[in-house]
Amino acid sequence: MTTTFPLPFRRVTRDTGGRLGRANFSVYGLLVAWVLGSIFPFYWSFLVASRDSSMLTEAIPPLVPGGNFFANAQRVFDTVEFWKALGNSIIVSGSVTVSTVLFSTLAGFAFAKLRFRGRNVLFVLVVATLAVPTQLGIIPLYMAMAEFGWANQLQAVIVPNLVTAIGVFWMRQYTVQAVPYELIEAARADGCSMLRVVWHVCLPAVRPAAAFLGMFTFMTSWNDFLWPLVALNADNPTVQVALEKLQSGYYVDYSLVLAGTTLATIPILVVFVVLGRHIVAGIMQGAVKG
Amino acid sequence: MSTDLDAGRAERTTSESPAPTGEAGAPSRWRRRLSRWDVRFSPYLYVAPFFVIFGIAGLFPLLYTVWVSLFDWDLIDDNPSFIGLENYVELMGDAQFWKTLVNTVSIFVLSSGPQIVMAVLLAALLNTRLRLPTGWRVGVLMPYVASLVAIGIIFANLFGPNFGLVNGLLEVVGLDRVDWQADRFSSHVAIAIMVNWRWTGYNALIVLAAMQAIPQEVNEAAVVDGAGALRRFFHVTLPMLRPTLIFVVITSTIGGLQIFTEPKLFDAMPGSNNGGATNQFQTITLYMYQSAFEREDLGYASAIAWVLFLVIIVVALINFLLTRRIATTGEAKR
Repeated sequence: MTTTFPLPFRRVTRDTGGRLGRANFSVYGLLVAWVLGSIFPFYWSFLVASRDSSMLTEAIPPLVPGGNFFANAQRVFDTVEFWKALGNSIIVSGSVTVSTVLFSTLAGFAFAKLRFRGRNVLFVLVVATLAVPTQLGIIPLYMAMAEFGWANQLQAVIVPNLVTAIGVFWMRQYTVQAVPYELIEAARADGCSMLRVVWHVCLPAVRPAAAFLGMFTFMTSWNDFLWPLVALNADNPTVQVALEKLQSGYYVDYSLVLAGTTLATIPILVVFVVLGRHIVAGIMQGAVKG
Repeated sequence: MSTDLDAGRAERTTSESPAPTGEAGAPSRWRRRLSRWDVRFSPYLYVAPFFVIFGIAGLFPLLYTVWVSLFDWDLIDDNPSFIGLENYVELMGDAQFWKTLVNTVSIFVLSSGPQIVMAVLLAALLNTRLRLPTGWRVGVLMPYVASLVAIGIIFANLFGPNFGLVNGLLEVVGLDRVDWQADRFSSHVAIAIMVNWRWTGYNALIVLAAMQAIPQEVNEAAVVDGAGALRRFFHVTLPMLRPTLIFVVITSTIGGLQIFTEPKLFDAMPGSNNGGATNQFQTITLYMYQSAFEREDLGYASAIAWVLFLVIIVVALINFLLTRRIATTGEAKR
């Protein structure tokens, strides 16, 4: 699996360690404390979810999980449309991820390797839009969706996110160094159409970057809140919207609400534990270039 | 058609080499034209989706916000009336707006400042020769994957006034309880802690990458000159991190000033958009949301959006000039 991120991985783990010397006990101690602090809120949410809300009234709450988690989880499914929310979130994040990776790869390839009139101007535009706070346009966007009859429909949440500036930028930066011109020219000489060049030459070379973009997009989309809250109602929610409804309706019952947050966090946490090192490598590699 | 094909075939048999596009199949004129179109138009086709989507879902709404802000526009209103700049005039005299502006900036300063310091320190810890370096990095990045909604709910519980764990701990060590939601400054601190918890690890990885990009020779030279670890950190590492720190500051400005989810879910009265009983931690974006979708005044909300847009541009510009100035004076010193 290390081969997926060959370049950054080797650079990151081997040749640079020890600039500030060997890690001693105090370094490990501080890091352990930090990671515990990072994990604690997740654990706390599971802890409350596995007991009942009365634990919160105790002066020193118990730090061992109780046996009520599944009962509380069941109540989450009974109270809000949680299955539907999970399904919706998977549909939304899945389609946004596939289309973002596809369109970003194509645009990144064009900006990195093809010569066409206006290329530089257009790319500067892409970079400029990185800084545009598009979140501030939700009011007209909401009006437009209502006009299309898309209010409370999943496409209202999907279509605006089909491709992002950061995705195009990221794929372009990677493609510049990952795909040699000679390969493209050879494929063209063999009679490949542009699309086949993308498929057979570009895509295999940029797969690590596309994989990272996919994970990143999925997480961002899964956690997106403001726009889904505006565009969707409680009867057709994403997970985040359902969570908010759960909290605003049943806030006294924290073991119920925190069972909801635990359920919503588990899928993404599992993905992260499995693919975490690739996400780490992607973030660090992007940082070096940015 | 048949003559075309014949011509193509003749061309292939007589002159193999000068096939202009260099395609092996020696295409007919039609195929050659197709291939030329392919080369000429494919790039535009590939970059088009981004510009179409950005135009429809990004640029157009943003510009149309200006138009809407000039109207008295109700959420369910087919005949909005044009009122010119009246929304803006009202906004300038709106005490709640100024309060949300101060709240937003206060939360932003409380979160971005400490966050960068902690990210650099954490990166320094991670830059030592660790066992399982990737494992530690994954651990540090963990908060980043949590959804803001989940974090908001969990932290609202931890910072709860009566049964919150934080107040319980404060009491155990003999300090006074704090009403984290009711007090203005405390609520800003609590929200900033929430933000920092999520983002410090992420920024630490970016700083760590920059640290590892510093050439080994620079450090070795400092060692030869007799500089200790701390001196090296302050006089070699930190100056070389400046471009990265500028990048982190600018990106956190754009996101930080639009903060919405954390204050919305932090409210002791869940579901409320007030940001506390007296709007003590309502942010501008939350106020915009409340104006549009609770008070159903789209025109006024659009004016808020547009003013926030200008605030973001101004702050980002100040940030940029300030950090660049610091960077250049740093250069001059060396």
